[in-house]
Order: sequence, then C-alpha cells, then structure tokens
Amino acid sequence: MADITDTTPAIIAAPASKPTRRIKWGLVGDHAILILGSLFMVVPVFLVFMTASHTPVTVHTEGMQWWLGDQLAENFHAAMFEKGGFTDTVDGMRMLMNSMILGIGFAVGKIIISMFAAYAIVYFRLKFATLAFWIIFTTLLLPLEVRILPSYEVIQGMGLTNTYTGLIVPLIASATGTFFFRQFFRSVPEELVEASRIDGAGPVKFFIDILIPLSRTMIAAIFIIMFVFGWNQYLWPTLITTEEGFFTLVRGIRQIVQTYTDSSIPEHGQAMALAIIAMLPPVLIVIFFQNWFVKGLTESDK
Amino acid sequence: MSKVTLDRVRKVYPNGVEAVRPSSFEIPHGELVVMVGPSGCGKSTLLRMVAGLEDITDGTLSIGDRVVNDVDPADRNIAMVFQNYALYPHMTVAKNMGYGLKNRGLPKAEIDAKVREAARMLNLSEYLDRRPSQLSGGQRQRVAMGRAIVRSPELFLFDEPLSNLDAKLRNQMRIEIRSLQRRLGVTAMYVTHDQVEAMTMADRIIVLNAGQIEQIGKPSEIYNRPASTFVASFMGAPPMNLLPASYNGNGHVALGDDLALPIQADADHAGEVQLGIRPEEVHLSDKGKTPFQLDLIEELGASRLLHGKLAGHEFTVNAPNDDAPLEGTLMLDLPQHALHLFHGETGRRL
Ligand SMILES: Nc1ncnc2c1ncn2[C@@H]1O[C@H](COP(=O)(O)OP(=O)(O)OP(=O)(O)O)[C@@H](O)[C@H]1O
Ligand SMILES: [Mg+2]
Repeated sequence: MADITDTTPAIIAAPASKPTRRIKWGLVGDHAILILGSLFMVVPVFLVFMTASHTPVTVHTEGMQWWLGDQLAENFHAAMFEKGGFTDTVDGMRMLMNSMILGIGFAVGKIIISMFAAYAIVYFRLKFATLAFWIIFTTLLLPLEVRILPSYEVIQGMGLTNTYTGLIVPLIASATGTFFFRQFFRSVPEELVEASRIDGAGPVKFFIDILIPLSRTMIAAIFIIMFVFGWNQYLWPTLITTEEGFFTLVRGIRQIVQTYTDSSIPEHGQAMALAIIAMLPPVLIVIFFQNWFVKGLTESDK
Repeated sequence: MSKVTLDRVRKVYPNGVEAVRPSSFEIPHGELVVMVGPSGCGKSTLLRMVAGLEDITDGTLSIGDRVVNDVDPADRNIAMVFQNYALYPHMTVAKNMGYGLKNRGLPKAEIDAKVREAARMLNLSEYLDRRPSQLSGGQRQRVAMGRAIVRSPELFLFDEPLSNLDAKLRNQMRIEIRSLQRRLGVTAMYVTHDQVEAMTMADRIIVLNAGQIEQIGKPSEIYNRPASTFVASFMGAPPMNLLPASYNGNGHVALGDDLALPIQADADHAGEVQLGIRPEEVHLSDKGKTPFQLDLIEELGASRLLHGKLAGHEFTVNAPNDDAPLEGTLMLDLPQHALHLFHGETGRRL
C-alpha cells in the first residue's frame, strides 16, 4: 500500500516541493485505516483480558472493565482447575484437552481423507475420476448445518453420541481440502511420477516418499485453517455430546455463565479467563506454522 | 548382452492417435542410437514404450533376450534421464541418486559407496548434501546422469536431456555424456530434435517422421545418402536444396527449359523428380556451367550463405568467406556426386 501511494503522486506531480506533502497525506490515510482496523480487532480482546481480572460483582454492576483488577490469577486458576458444571466433573483443563482433541483430530482427519481422495483422483486412471471429483466438490453446497439432522440420526443410530469418534468423524470429509490437494498434485510434474516408477517406487512409496514431503507447505496451510475451524466448532459438539466430560472450551464459556445464574451472580471473570484461554491455541498454531509455512514457500522446492 | 530389439512395435493412444507406426529395429550392445525428428513425430512415445512408461499397443520389445512388453519399468533394468531432470526436489543429491537402490533393498553402505563413486565420476562430490534447487542447470543435469549411472542399468534412455541448457553447456555435456556412455559400455537410446546432437553423438541415427521410421543409418550415411526428401531436408544446416526437375531415365536431369545436368544414377524411374543439392557441395567457379541469380548474402563468420535463384527456384549456396564482393549472376559448379535424386511423388531416393 505505502509503496503505491509513495511513487504514483511523485511521478504525476512535476514541481519538486509539492509532492512531499501529498505523499504524507497518503501515508497518514493508509496508517489511519490500518490502525483503526487493528483497534477494531484488538480492543475487544483487551477488554476481555481486563475484565478477567475483576470479581463477578464488579463486572455485574459496572460492566466490562478497562483497567487491570486484582483477581487475574484467582480467576484463571478457578477457570482452569475448579470443577464446575451441573455434575462438578469438568474443569478448564479437561475442556482444553477436549478442544485439542477436536481441533487436531478434525484437522488431521481432514488432511488424511482429502489427500487420499485427491491422490486417487489425480494419479490413478479411474474411469469416472472427473465425475467423482465434481460430486465431492458439490458437497460444498451441503455444509454440516444443512445435513445436521440426518447426520445426527446416523451417529445416534451407531451409538456414537458422547464419543470422540462421533464428535470428529462426521466432520472430516472435506471438499475444500480435496480441491486444494487436487490442484497441488496436478502441478507436480508428471516426470516425477515416472522417475519414481523407474526407481521402483510403487503407489504407496511414491505417496509417502515423494508426494507427502512435497506437500508439506500445503499440509501446513490446510492444517492451520482446519485446526482453527475445528477448534471453533460449536453446533455439532453441542448436539452430539451431552456428558460434561466431553465439553470443549467454546462450549464451556457459555456453561460457566449459565450454570451459576440460579445461585448468584454469574462468574463473569472466570468466563472471560476461559475465553482468553480458548483464544490462545489457535493463535499459537498460526504463529508456529506461519514461520514454517513461509520458510517452505521461499525455499521454492518444486 | 543387452541389445534392444523392437519387432513391429506400434502405439495407438486411447484418443486414436497412432503415434508410432509399426517399427522394427535392433540396437546392438553398447551402441548409442539417436532418435531424431520434428516435434510430435513420436520420438518420446517410442522411448517411453521402451522405458515401460507407456503400454505397447502391438509388437514385441525385448531387452537382452527377455521380452519386456509386460515388465514393470523398475524391473526392466533401465535408467532414464528426463528433459527437465525430474529430480526429487526435497531430497539431497545423494538421496536422489540412491533412491532407486534403496527401493531395491540394497544395504546402506553399498548405496553410499555407489553414490560416491558416481559422484566422483561426475564431479559432484562436493554437492552431495545439497538440494537440487541449490544447483545450476548443468549440475542438475549431472545429478540426473548420476541417478542413472548408480543403478548400473543395461540400457540408458535419454529424452532431450540437454535442451534446457545454454549452447555452451550443451556442447560440453554432449561430449561428457558420449564419453561416459562409451566408458561404461552401456547401450543407450537418445531422443533429440537437434540434428547437431544427433550427428555428433550417434553410432546410428533413426530419423522419424509422423510416427514412421524414415531412415536408419550411421551419421555419415544419413548425411551422404538421405533415403528421402524428408531426411534430406531435416538433416543438415542449412537444409538441402530441393528442386523440382524431370529425369529422362538415362543420365540427364532437366531443370526448367534450358538447363540439363548429367547425372550418374541407375534409377529406373523417369519423369517427375526432386533434385537435391547440399549448399556446401556446390562451388562458385568461373568455369561452372550453371547460372545462379544472387539475391542476398548472410555472413556466418567462417562462411557465408548466398541466397538466390537457380533455374527460377529458391537456392542456397554455402561459400567460403573470402570477402570478395559478389553480386548479380554467378556461375556454379555442380559436381555429379552432389546431385541426389528423389522420386517426385513419394520423395524416396532413386
Ligand atoms: N498421452 C497422449 N495421449 C494422446 N496423444 C498423445 C499423448 N502423448 C503424445 N501424444 C501424441 O502422439 C504424438 C507423438 O508425441 P511424442 O510426445 O512422442 O512426440 P515427440 O516426437 O516426442 O515430440 P517433441 O519433440 O515435441 O517432444 C503427438 O502427435 C502427440 O500429440
Ligand atoms: Mg518428446
């Protein structure tokens, strides 16, 4: 952005003194937009964090807090380690673990399934490969929300409610992932397949020794997207798990606010603390994989 | 001994294209055969059938004494070098070269020794730990060669291995590949569309045109006795002049109305012919009997090309460069041995 506004006016404007002022205005405009955008994203997080450091009473009477209080450690501790819920069996750690299992299982499952599908479609001379691909592709039109009742019926019929399998497996078929891997595989030079055939690598070896390493960056990218997507799942887990031992963080936040209403003031501070914790893993994953992702891209392997 | 025998091998692609018409030839052990022809003539298809990357529609292919029509590429004991090298981008040079051996289940120490040996031969020893992306084009080409060598194959297959290199490197690699192949004594099939490569590297050349073998022969035979007008114009730069003429059946070929040339030919065809004359086999001479109307001169440094008209047809002469100013009508000496006669319709040599 800065580059463009930097150079264009300089080219258009003839006298030497004037352009400097114009450039500055352009820069100020750009920065104002960027700063506003950042504030828009960051302020709510800041508010949540600050509010997490106050007692429920303060929050209840005065609303969201702008400054740091003295209850930060207590709230986090309670959110993570105090057992809550109706049955008093689930604490923050448990929910964190459930979220991890869902996020990772979801992402890994999607990657495996869509890589297999794309591998079959691209590399094997199947009769109806193109048709199969388009059928997979049209399932984009049928996200979980559309088919939620039949999906629930099937899972319940199989007795998979309140299991991790029931939580993850119905979600892992992925048209998007298949599409991305298909495009990527098609860009891998044909000669690599042939060279490896001559080198004695069968389909399985080729997949493991050549294709997976080549797809590293693609896998990383899809992992980021899918992990965050899985982590933030709300509707499906709500439907399929009723035991509190399977609750995820995203659900737990609401649960804290809800379950305490009958007795006293809702534990707003704890809920905020839990929200912060729920935000962290996706952020870490993005930061961690991004480094790796950029490195993979700049090495320009292909 | 690893000769290669093709017996009426034919390829029809699923879309109905007959890329290779039934072709038969035999490559003796240790020979380097170059397949040359214009783009789309089926060179790669032929090579890929030998490699096992493409099914053979009809005919039999044997390597050594074994019919390999239905043998997996990995079990044909061949090695192939591709135009874009097809190195595994994520593996080091050493891993690239050793991958085939690893898949054959050789012990690690043995793979190491073989890779090292090949690397030494190809001056790659210092690059063994690099990735292909960290190498120059010529070095990548060598790695591809190394990958072929370590497998100690019975047969090398090359599909335009030098066409991604610049002219200087190409000349150098050409010589390297040739001497390596000689030294190892491995039979080789080499595809190119570069006639200089074909002439310089080949023990024998196979000229292909539209899926059909036009001629098989030593480079000198191909050059001196082209079997058809196609071979005549494809091999040689600048290409052979081809002039429509008529042959009277006993020693004279008439070019236009008032130019008749004596010719030693025992052709039994009289009538329409194509008269072929290589630009470098005619000489400017005051005593010459054939007039040539000069239009344009191209300087090549060592020689110059004179473009003009002979008996009303486009004609090129390759003349030594002696700086003498030339213009107008010149006299040419056309020695009898320089005249090639081809059938007017079929284009076959008479
Ligand atoms: N997979 C395929 N399916 C159908 N037709 C094909 C296929 N591969 C090649 N052909 C056709 O077969 C013919 C020969 O192709 P081939 O690749 O052997 O040519 P080539 O001589 O190697 O040409 P080039 O010098 O351009 O590499 C061409 O007409 C081409 O269009
Ligand atoms: Mg080709």
